[in-house]
Amino acid sequence: MASVMTPNGFDLDDSGQRIVVDPVCRIEGHLRIEVNLDENNVIRNAVSTGNMWRGLEVILQGRDPRDAWAFTERICGVCTGVHALQSVRAVEDALKIQIPANANHIRNLMMLAQYVQDHIVHFYHLHALDWVDVVSALSADPKATSDLQQSISPWPNSSPGYFSNVQNRLKRFVESGQLGIFANAYWGSPAYKLPPEANLMATTHYLEALDFQKEIVKIHTIFGGRNPHPNWLVGGMPCSINVDETGSVGTVNMVWLNMVKDIIEQSIAFTDQVYLPDLKAIASFYKDWGAYGGGLSGKNVLAYGEFPAYANNHTNDSLMLPQGAILNGDLSHVHDVDVRDPEQIQEFVAHSWYQYSDENTGLHPFDGVTEPKFELGPNTKGTRTNIENIDEGGKYSWLKAPRWKGNAMEVGPLARYLVAYARGREDIQNQVNGLLEELNLPITALFSTLGRTAARGLESSWAAHKMRDVYGELMANLKAGDTATANMEKFDPATWEADVKGVGFGEAPRGALGHWVHIKDTKIKNYQCVVPTTWNASPRDPAGNIGAYEAALLGTPMANAEQPLEILRTIHSFDPCIACSTHVISNDGRELSTVKVR
Amino acid sequence: MPAHETFYDVMRRHGITRRSFLKFCSLTAAGLGLAPEFAGRIAYALETKPRTPVIWLHGLECTCCSESFIRSGNPLASDVVLSMISLDYDDTLMAAAGHQAEELLHQTVEKYDGQFILACEGNPPLNEDGMYCIQAGKPYVEKLRYMADHCKAIIAWGSCASWGCVQAAHPNPTRATPIHKVILDKPIVKVPGCPPIAEVMTGVITYMIAFDQLPPLDRQGRPKMFYGQRLHDKCYRRPHFDAGQFVEKFDDEGARKGYCLYKVGCKGPTTYNACSTIEWNGGLSWPVKSGHGCLGCAEDNFWDKGSFYSPVTSLNVMGNVEATANKIGGTLAGAAAIGVAAHAAATVIQKATAKKPRASEEMSNG
Repeated sequence: MASVMTPNGFDLDDSGQRIVVDPVCRIEGHLRIEVNLDENNVIRNAVSTGNMWRGLEVILQGRDPRDAWAFTERICGVCTGVHALQSVRAVEDALKIQIPANANHIRNLMMLAQYVQDHIVHFYHLHALDWVDVVSALSADPKATSDLQQSISPWPNSSPGYFSNVQNRLKRFVESGQLGIFANAYWGSPAYKLPPEANLMATTHYLEALDFQKEIVKIHTIFGGRNPHPNWLVGGMPCSINVDETGSVGTVNMVWLNMVKDIIEQSIAFTDQVYLPDLKAIASFYKDWGAYGGGLSGKNVLAYGEFPAYANNHTNDSLMLPQGAILNGDLSHVHDVDVRDPEQIQEFVAHSWYQYSDENTGLHPFDGVTEPKFELGPNTKGTRTNIENIDEGGKYSWLKAPRWKGNAMEVGPLARYLVAYARGREDIQNQVNGLLEELNLPITALFSTLGRTAARGLESSWAAHKMRDVYGELMANLKAGDTATANMEKFDPATWEADVKGVGFGEAPRGALGHWVHIKDTKIKNYQCVVPTTWNASPRDPAGNIGAYEAALLGTPMANAEQPLEILRTIHSFDPCIACSTHVISNDGRELSTVKVR
Repeated sequence: MPAHETFYDVMRRHGITRRSFLKFCSLTAAGLGLAPEFAGRIAYALETKPRTPVIWLHGLECTCCSESFIRSGNPLASDVVLSMISLDYDDTLMAAAGHQAEELLHQTVEKYDGQFILACEGNPPLNEDGMYCIQAGKPYVEKLRYMADHCKAIIAWGSCASWGCVQAAHPNPTRATPIHKVILDKPIVKVPGCPPIAEVMTGVITYMIAFDQLPPLDRQGRPKMFYGQRLHDKCYRRPHFDAGQFVEKFDDEGARKGYCLYKVGCKGPTTYNACSTIEWNGGLSWPVKSGHGCLGCAEDNFWDKGSFYSPVTSLNVMGNVEATANKIGGTLAGAAAIGVAAHAAATVIQKATAKKPRASEEMSNG
């Protein structure tokens, strides 16, 4: 190939040294990245391979649609609940079920809590070690660390003694010689820019965040019975509310509602006093990353919108984060997205391990076909079961390639924020403008690895505050005497029409998520999910357009070709979830061939 | 004092007195159903042991087990990872990637051959030469076999590793296969559930480290201490079941009074787990307490036993005497109290016939 220009405007050159990163760790699921470097160690070609397939949609065929939320919830345990929510929405859409206001508020609270928790875990436990040198923290001055902490935040855990204790613990951990999850990493690399004190502060918050995240999800435990994988219900929510009558102690009562309120306040405190100050402090040392990793973000982004303020209304009049698509970076014109339009969302498989009868065409999820076909391109290095270098000229991923009106799109917190910004949402504009001003960065810095990571942090705070509003609305509704949580009028399959279709769509923490269901004779006839990471980690399409991961890696210089820190930074900025993205359907439901291993 | 930080050190660092620490050990022993003299053994182990290497592999799964693990309140996941075990490989959390990550597997085999615990989340698919789950360019099942060959014992986290779970539900397109059907020559502790309860996960690890032995297992390979009893038998809504007070449909009067969820599909009567006693997320709630029936997620093949909203009596389960109860209940056309009596009788018959070892154990316990 040497050098080519892709239709979506990226210059690819595969002539230089090839680097493989597999596994990409600190993500959900299994992902492989290969890149080519030029003589200056700048990435000139990038290849994203989804390494797993589970076949969940095959498994859903013929089942009770009321059960589908439980199956699809198991697509992902990191962003737990997000598939369940789209699933109950899809079935409710198909069966024309209206949910009560309380159920809508409770679903919003659960999804908002998921945003806060998921973003915190991503920032501290999946992403931070790309920027924070844990070993450098050992040489920090605890007093100076305390001064730093107190200068950026009123967070009370800030004394020199507190940081000294954490540092001593780290020292003993390192001196034990058993480095555990920190072993064999890239400590001391010149790519790490933070001073020791910032490293100690951030490492301390790694531990604090690990202890705190388990509190946020208790909102799921109260309304859904547990976390991960809380329970949901077609028609509303299964948690009845009883605040003043006999039996209240066995349901959602004042004690639990008070606990929800406390968790919300704790979440606001943590995001505003720990997460955001850390994000800004770290970003101030990595402003150069406001110029790397942009990829599709400055061109094409997509959001389905989320958090309906009003039950059963999924239009922009109701959505707290609006839907829309931006093309060619034109923020002055946001396109409306219609998830039912067969011409808008389509999936391609020319470079995916599936087959279509015509692989030049894309299929809308209602018409989705997926036949697995594991075959490697002719230029693969290695063997079928020992791949050294993948051949991106052939099929090379278990992910399909979704496209919106033929365009590769980026989804996720940054996409949502760009759409909301362009739609004129003032709460989002104020957040974004405030951050840019504080960091003294131009708006173009948003289109980058740094921008992606920053948008997620802002959104975590936004979601924490929004929980407070939603909680207020829930309580006002209860005060007005409405305690209903479920509409069971059409729960009995005997009441259903024979042949119906529905869509559930919204925004998972990682981006736009849709479930399409076809119900025939009370059973699932066809079920399709198009998932955030499928958009972002997508392989090439038949026209040669590259996806968001591949585009974002291009042009980034690596400090050391042996240490993939820069690749991890950009890929992690998307928060990959591979189990989500690879679970498609064999449309005729036939048994797949069995090959015994060894 | 050992160079490493032991669990005892962690406790002291958190301001716990030695007296409280010993009390913790007694409570741990009691919580695990052990005699009081075991408290001393737990204390000694937690005070002195170096951290046991743990290799945590991920096959086909959704990572809900890892997420559950980090929800543990006692002990905290941060303390487990920093001070109780040495988590030498876990692709979800480890700092390294690519070949630097894979090198750690080989280092562990060299340094700790036969001494490390292999924690498996998810399972290997066997169709398509194993290439439905690729890691470092190769089938995951190869990595699993290699590490299993050198480990001391295996923990099969969750229902994926224990039974197959959702990707193994009919028609199991990838031929996702539980660990015990691939690894035949190593001791395996199954910790099923989708996911398992956080404190059950950390409890199993604590036990293995403190006593340097596997917990006593039932015939299916599950720790008796957590999986020895049915949810139904310790459910706080059980009195409503016995009194014939049921939720007839979600959010009805019965639901608002916390009545029994049996008729809206609760699988508590056939599910062996600790949800109704230990509960979830720090003992806050569990599915039934928040109004939805149990899905039965800790049981083998729970996805293929009919709708989650069908009462258990109508399930087509081989050898399940409660199927008989449904027929009785069905002919009585929903006469709740009599139906319940029939069900209760069926439960007694099931215990008496002792077809399953777990049923007979329960008799001896109770």
